Amino acid sequence: MGRKILTEHIHIPNIDSFDVYRKHGGYTSVEKALKKMSPENVLDEVKKSGLRGRGGAGFPTGMKWSFLAKGTGKPAYLLNNADESEPGTFKDRYLMEKNPHLCLEGMICSAYALGANVSYIYIRGEFKWIIKIIEKAIAEAKANGILGKNILGSGYDLEIYVQTGGGAYICGEETALIESLEGLRGNPRIKPPFPAVSGVWGCPTVVNNTETLAAVKWIIDNGGDEYAKIGIGKSTGTKLISAGGHINKPDVYEMDLGLPVEEFIYSDEYCGGMLNGHELKAVIPGGSSVPVLPKNLILKTASGEPRLMSYESLAEGGFISGSMLGSGGFIALDETTCMVHNTLNFTQFYHHESCGQCSPCREGTGWMKKVLKHLENGEGKMSDMDMLVDIANNIDGKTICPLGDAAAWPVVSAIRHFREEFDLHAKNPEKAKQTAHPARSIYHAIRKPELV
Amino acid sequence: METATQIKFSDQSLAKIRELITHYPIGKQKSALLPILHMAQEELGNGWLPVEVMDYCAEILNIQPIEVYEVASFYTMFNLKPVGKYVIEVCRTSPCCHRGAEELMDYMQQKLGVKLGENTKDGMFTVKAVECLAGCGYAPVVQIGDHYYEHLTKEKIDALIEKMRNSNPDLHNRITI
Repeated sequence: MGRKILTEHIHIPNIDSFDVYRKHGGYTSVEKALKKMSPENVLDEVKKSGLRGRGGAGFPTGMKWSFLAKGTGKPAYLLNNADESEPGTFKDRYLMEKNPHLCLEGMICSAYALGANVSYIYIRGEFKWIIKIIEKAIAEAKANGILGKNILGSGYDLEIYVQTGGGAYICGEETALIESLEGLRGNPRIKPPFPAVSGVWGCPTVVNNTETLAAVKWIIDNGGDEYAKIGIGKSTGTKLISAGGHINKPDVYEMDLGLPVEEFIYSDEYCGGMLNGHELKAVIPGGSSVPVLPKNLILKTASGEPRLMSYESLAEGGFISGSMLGSGGFIALDETTCMVHNTLNFTQFYHHESCGQCSPCREGTGWMKKVLKHLENGEGKMSDMDMLVDIANNIDGKTICPLGDAAAWPVVSAIRHFREEFDLHAKNPEKAKQTAHPARSIYHAIRKPELV
Repeated sequence: METATQIKFSDQSLAKIRELITHYPIGKQKSALLPILHMAQEELGNGWLPVEVMDYCAEILNIQPIEVYEVASFYTMFNLKPVGKYVIEVCRTSPCCHRGAEELMDYMQQKLGVKLGENTKDGMFTVKAVECLAGCGYAPVVQIGDHYYEHLTKEKIDALIEKMRNSNPDLHNRITI
């Protein structure tokens, strides 16, 4: 059994209410931090924990916090990035919906460490019911003196406000989120200056993912050293993995970082194997932005070591034979999946979500979409594959924000690992359709009779 | 102007907006734009944002109308043309696509006699394809009003449409089928 840090209490009835949450060890970290620790102590514990950003980039959280500009005379802000939109990812939603107070508790300790007196949780606009859940939790915490003025008599003030998004993937990028919070289009900003120096309204700002901030509670309760003992190497702690695609038990799972990928896919404790006895074909392990890997390379690295669910192991082999842990949006695909169709689907997504500021991304994603569409319709040419890679390489690294990279990597990796299948679409489209086709049937997807 | 006087938030909404503006530093009231547009679309625009409604929002926040238009046209949740009373938003991105979303979209278009993005003639429904709703583990997924409907089948879609057609459900609440 994997350890449960974020999801330990998630199945307790009414854990979303303040009283039940408090009874099960809720807000102990706020008491400890505000009464017994200085903000520097909190920062030190987070540094010691080795906690890394859970939104995708995996940047060390303590280090990110330590970049916050001091003595500027301007207020500092903590922004909780709950704009969860990366295809394959649905973990922050799960956490907020089931255990909203945990999300707030982590925010309070973190805001205290950063010296912020106002913090926003930016929730994607589609999560309308979750916004209500979080707003209720904020009201309860305020009514109980855990939020607001002079929290628990410590002299520390903090207000947390919900900010609603408008349906734009790009707002998960931290500078786009800041622009959106300012009431603007979600156009990412050129860095530097980084938000830690000049963020929302030109003030020092830290943006962290919801899961990252929620983990801070356990770290403060138990100490950074204890957290660092969980996991493997520089991948410390537990991670929420949102598993979807052609598996038997799609859901959110918490695991110690370092679990073998094979165990994650096939064990009944997690994904429970492939749906309806099908064969695993490919996995996108960290949300749509990360490179796709074929079965042999997701289960084992190129050097034959078992592949583990950790930042390092999933990245082993670089982009030639590796991928990334990303946001933990784990999409497993079976042998019926058409990789051209899947790549087209992702490219359509990035084309739709490109903010349009940078030409390589705005034009390149649309161009790739057209070429892939041709291929899928049996109108492709053998030279299309090289052209797709060329377009992708001319987006990658050439844009203000990482959306460009995220649009390029799925295309390049799919062609690298499934070149024969792409070629077949150009050479013999009819045969390509018979070999693999999009899993279109709803009934293909149903396993549990109670869900029908 | 005649239209300007007709478009007005309820007192309750205006109070909510006044409170919302206190969430931001003084002079930064523009930050309230997205939340206000959501309110306006629902309360004043029958699910979409006519220019007059956007102009009214600009007036409330003391900003230029163009600042509202550029935001409303950027975010996909804001509709710039009329929509049906019930908007069914189908997630089409990969994890949903691989678990039946495409078939579901075909089915709904056929059932309601519309193409994606169109409104039914009676003004009841709009079917839209949207990008990832973060319901990947519970695919296929649609959003209707404030809620997601997951693990969908044709039968469940039939029941949802039936309910919307016949019993006028409040979309702040989950439709029970």
